[in-house]
Amino acid sequence: MRFGIVVFPGSNCDYDTLYVLKDVLKQESFFLWHKDHDLKRADCIILPGGFSYGDYLRSGAIARFSPLMQEIKEFALSGGIVVGICNGFQVLLELGLLPGAMLRNKNLKFLCQYVHVRIENTETPFTNKGKLGQVLTIPIAHFDGNYYTDQNNLKKIKQNHQITLRYCNPDGSLSEKANVNGSMEQIAGLTNEKRNVLGMMPHPERASESLLGSCDGQIIFKSIINYLK
Amino acid sequence: MIDKETLKEHGITQSEHKRIIDLIQREPNLTELGIFSLMWSEHCSYKSSKIHLKKFPTSGKNVIQGPGENAGIIDIGNGLAAVFKIESHNHPSFIEPYQGAATGVGGILRDIFTMGARPIATLDSLRFGPLSVPKNKSVMEGVVSGIAGYGNSIGVPTVGGETYFDECYSLNPLVNVFCLGIVKKDKIFYARAEGKGNPVLYVGSKTGRDGIHGATMASAEFGEDLEEKRPNVQVGDPFKEKLLLEACLEVMEKDLVLGIQDMGAAGLTCSTTEMAANSGSGIEINLDLIPQREKGMTPYEIMLSESQERMLLVAKKDKVKQVQAVFAKWDLDAVIIGQVTDTHHLKVESKGQTVVNLPVSAIVNLCPVYKREAKSYSPTKFKMDLEEIPLPNDYESAFLQIIKSPDLADKEWVFRQYDHMVQINTAVLPGADASVLRIKNTHKALAVTLDGNSLYTYIDPRSGGKIAVAEACRNLACVGAKPVGVTNCLNFGNPEKPEIMWQFKEAVEGIAQACQFFNIPVTGGNVSFYNDTEGTSIYPTPVLGVVGIIEDLDYITSPEFRGPGDTIILLGKNKEEIGASEYLKQIHSQKSGSPPTIDLDKEKRVQAFCLEAIFKGMLKSAHDISQGGLAQCLAECCILGNNPIGCQIDLNDKIRTDALLFGETQSRILISLEGKDLDAFKDLAKKRRVPFSIIGKTGGKNICLKHHHKTIIDIPVQKVYSSWKNCIPDYFKTT
Repeated sequence: MRFGIVVFPGSNCDYDTLYVLKDVLKQESFFLWHKDHDLKRADCIILPGGFSYGDYLRSGAIARFSPLMQEIKEFALSGGIVVGICNGFQVLLELGLLPGAMLRNKNLKFLCQYVHVRIENTETPFTNKGKLGQVLTIPIAHFDGNYYTDQNNLKKIKQNHQITLRYCNPDGSLSEKANVNGSMEQIAGLTNEKRNVLGMMPHPERASESLLGSCDGQIIFKSIINYLK
Repeated sequence: MIDKETLKEHGITQSEHKRIIDLIQREPNLTELGIFSLMWSEHCSYKSSKIHLKKFPTSGKNVIQGPGENAGIIDIGNGLAAVFKIESHNHPSFIEPYQGAATGVGGILRDIFTMGARPIATLDSLRFGPLSVPKNKSVMEGVVSGIAGYGNSIGVPTVGGETYFDECYSLNPLVNVFCLGIVKKDKIFYARAEGKGNPVLYVGSKTGRDGIHGATMASAEFGEDLEEKRPNVQVGDPFKEKLLLEACLEVMEKDLVLGIQDMGAAGLTCSTTEMAANSGSGIEINLDLIPQREKGMTPYEIMLSESQERMLLVAKKDKVKQVQAVFAKWDLDAVIIGQVTDTHHLKVESKGQTVVNLPVSAIVNLCPVYKREAKSYSPTKFKMDLEEIPLPNDYESAFLQIIKSPDLADKEWVFRQYDHMVQINTAVLPGADASVLRIKNTHKALAVTLDGNSLYTYIDPRSGGKIAVAEACRNLACVGAKPVGVTNCLNFGNPEKPEIMWQFKEAVEGIAQACQFFNIPVTGGNVSFYNDTEGTSIYPTPVLGVVGIIEDLDYITSPEFRGPGDTIILLGKNKEEIGASEYLKQIHSQKSGSPPTIDLDKEKRVQAFCLEAIFKGMLKSAHDISQGGLAQCLAECCILGNNPIGCQIDLNDKIRTDALLFGETQSRILISLEGKDLDAFKDLAKKRRVPFSIIGKTGGKNICLKHHHKTIIDIPVQKVYSSWKNCIPDYFKTT
C-alpha cells in the first residue's frame, strides 16, 4: 500500500504520521510537497495535523489553495481514499470535500487530551476493522474542533450514515460532558457521501503504540490497509 | 558628546562610559553607545554574576558543549546528543503576558535549532501572584495561552513544568522556558563567522521597531511607568519560526553553512559581534540590505531591534545559491548583508557612511565584571518555635486544604491547553515527577524536570539551591532516569542590593555543591536579575532543569498506584521538620522556620537504590515526597492514575502528627510493589544501607491513615480527587 502524506508549510504531524505508517505499520509511505502537482501514485492521501500557513485566518483556509490540492480534489472525486486528521479535516471542510465547518471549542481554549470516540459506522474504508459501537481512546489537540453544519446538511449526513465517530463516555454512552469541544451531534469523524473521504479530529497516529498509552488509532490505519488490499 | 541623561537612558554608568572611551580611543556615537548598552547589559554580559557562576562544575566525559554557546550539549549515545537550555522571559511577560510568554518560547526554540538540533520538548516554570487577585489571573491566562499559541503552532510539545503562586510574584511573574532538542553528534553547528570573504546572510522575518531595548529593560527595576514599556515587547510569529526551523535544519543537514546564530536578545548586534568574537574574525554589514518592515528606520533602530524569528548565517562562498534555494522552498528570503573580515572589527555601513566601527572584543569580552557587595540577613529573621505551632484540630480538613491549594492542586487546566503529545514521543504525560520522551529508533528515553523552591531559597539560599538539585535528581530517579546534565535559570532581585547579592552567591554555592556531589555538569543557563517592581524583590527563585537518561524504555516508572493489594513502602526517614513548608503557609499562614535539612550522601544512596530497584523490575510505582509532605504524596499516588484507588496507611514514627503528615523532609520516595517482590526488595535495601518502612497497602475507596493505630484521616478518594482537580478551574470559571 502506498501512503502519501501532504506537507503544507506549518504541518506538524507529518513526521508523526509517516513514522506510524512506515516504522510501526511497515507501509510504503512518503511525503507529498504541497507545491508539487504529483501524488506519486499514492493509494491513500493523508492530510496531517498542524497549523497550515499558521492558521492565522480560518483553520485550513489558505492550505486549500495549495497547488497540490487540485490533484487531491480530482483524486477524491474519482473515488481515491483521502483522510484529513485535525488540521487536515479542517482543510477538507474548506475544500468542500466534506460538508460543514469548525467553530472554536466550546470552552474557547485549545484542548489537548485523550477522548473516547464511538464507531458509528463500520461500512467504511476507515473503520471496517472495528466493531459497531466500539469505543476508541485517542487524543485530540485542537482549538477549532467544534463541528457545525446547517440542518439540511445534517439531515443528509445522518441519512447517508456519514457520521463515523462520535465523542462519548468510556462506556460508549453520549453526554454533554463527553462532547468536549461542543460538536454538533458529537461528531468527531465524518465521511463524504461516497465514504471515500474521512475527516477526523482525534489523532490516530498518536494512539498507535502501547508505549504512548493506546493502540486504538491503529484500527483506522489497518482498516484502510484492509480496504485497499 | 554623550550627556548624562543619554547614558542613564542606556543604563551605562559614568565609569562604564569612561571604559568604553579607553577601549575605543574615542567617544562612541549614539548607535555605538546603543550597541554597548545592550551587550554590556546585565542580561547579555552577566557582569554581576560571572564571578559566582565560575563555581559550577561544567565538565564531564559526556559534555560536548558547556556554558557559553546558545545551549549546552550532552552525549547520550547512539551517535546522538541532547541539546538543552532554559531562559527567562519575566519582564516582557508581565508587561504583555501573551506576547511576552510566546516570544520566550520562540527565543529558546531558536537557541536549540541554531545548534542543528530539532527541538523535541519544552517545559515551563511559572510563578504568579495569588489567584484571588483578578490581575494575577489575567496574567496567568495570558502567559499560558501565549505559551500554547506559540508551542502548539510550531509543533513542539510542551510536556511539563511547574506553576506556583505567591504574593512576591504579583508585580513580577516568572516565565522560565526550557527546551530540549536532539542532534546527530556529527551535525552540530556553532555561532562562528569564519573565513575572510565568506558571505553573511540574513534570514527570517523583516526587521521592525519592536523590542528595541529589550535586553536593557530586563536589566533594570520596574517603576510605575510599566505600561509605557509595552512597545519594548516583541511580537511572535510561530508560523514564520516553523518555516525558519525547517529551512535551517535543511541547510545544516545539507552542510551548506559554516556558522549560524539566532537574533534573540540584542538582535543583529549580538549575533554579528558574538559570531566574530567566537572566531577571532571581523564582520562588515550594510544596513541598506537588511529587510525592513517599516520605513525610515535609523541605524540605531536596526542594530537594536529585537524583532523575532530572524537568524544570521555564514555560508560557504560557493553554496550561497543552494542556501537561498532551500529558504525559497520554505517561502523565506536569505539575503547577503555583508561578509566576514579579518579586521576584528564590526563595521556597519548605511547609505554610504560608516555608522559603526568597533572592535568586537571590546563589545563581547571586555565588559566590566563586578564583585558586588553581599550581606546576609539577620539569622533570627525567620525564627520559628515549634511549640507555638498548634496541632490542627481536624486533620482531614487540613489535608484537603493543602490538596486544593493552588500550589499543589492539579494543573491540568494549564497543560490541557498545551499540545503535549505532538512528535509522538511523550511516554509519560504531564503531572508526573518528570516528563519522559522516548528517543525514536533507540530503546532509550530522556527524562526532564524543572525544580526550585523559592521559599526555601528565601529563608536559606544555600539549602534552597542544594535542595533544588537534589529534588530534581530525585524526580528523575522516580521515573527511572539517571541525571546527565543541568541547566539553570536564576531569578533574583536587584543585585545592587547587598542582601540580594548574598542570596545569589549562596544559592549558586548550594547548587554548585550539589551538582559537584552528584557529578552532573552545568551546561549553561540564564541569570535574570532586577526582578523588582516598585522596590519589592521577588523571592530568590533558582529553577533547575535537569536532563536524565532512561537506558531501557521497558522500565519507565510513574507515580500512581497500579492496583489494589500492593505494598506501600517509604524510602528514607520521616523527621520532625515543618519549617518553610506548604503546611505552615496554608494552615498557619506562616512563612518561617528553617527549610528541611539535606544530607547529600543519604540523598544519593536513596536515589541510586530507587533506580536499582526499578531496573530489577521490583517497583510498580515511585513518587518523590516534596511539598505537602507524605500526605500530599500519598494522595497523588492514589489519584494520578486513570482510576483513583484508595490506601490504608499505618504510621508509628514518634514525631508530631502534623510534621509526619505534612513535613517536607528530604530524601524520601514513596514506592509500591507486589508482595512477591518484598523479600528481594528488603534484602537489596539492607545491602545498600537505605532506610525504609512498610507503611501500608493499596486498595479500597478511601484514603485511610493512622498514626499510632489511631485514625487520623479517612476520606473517600473521590472527594480528594475532586478537591484537587477543581481548584484551578474554579478560579477561572466564568459566571
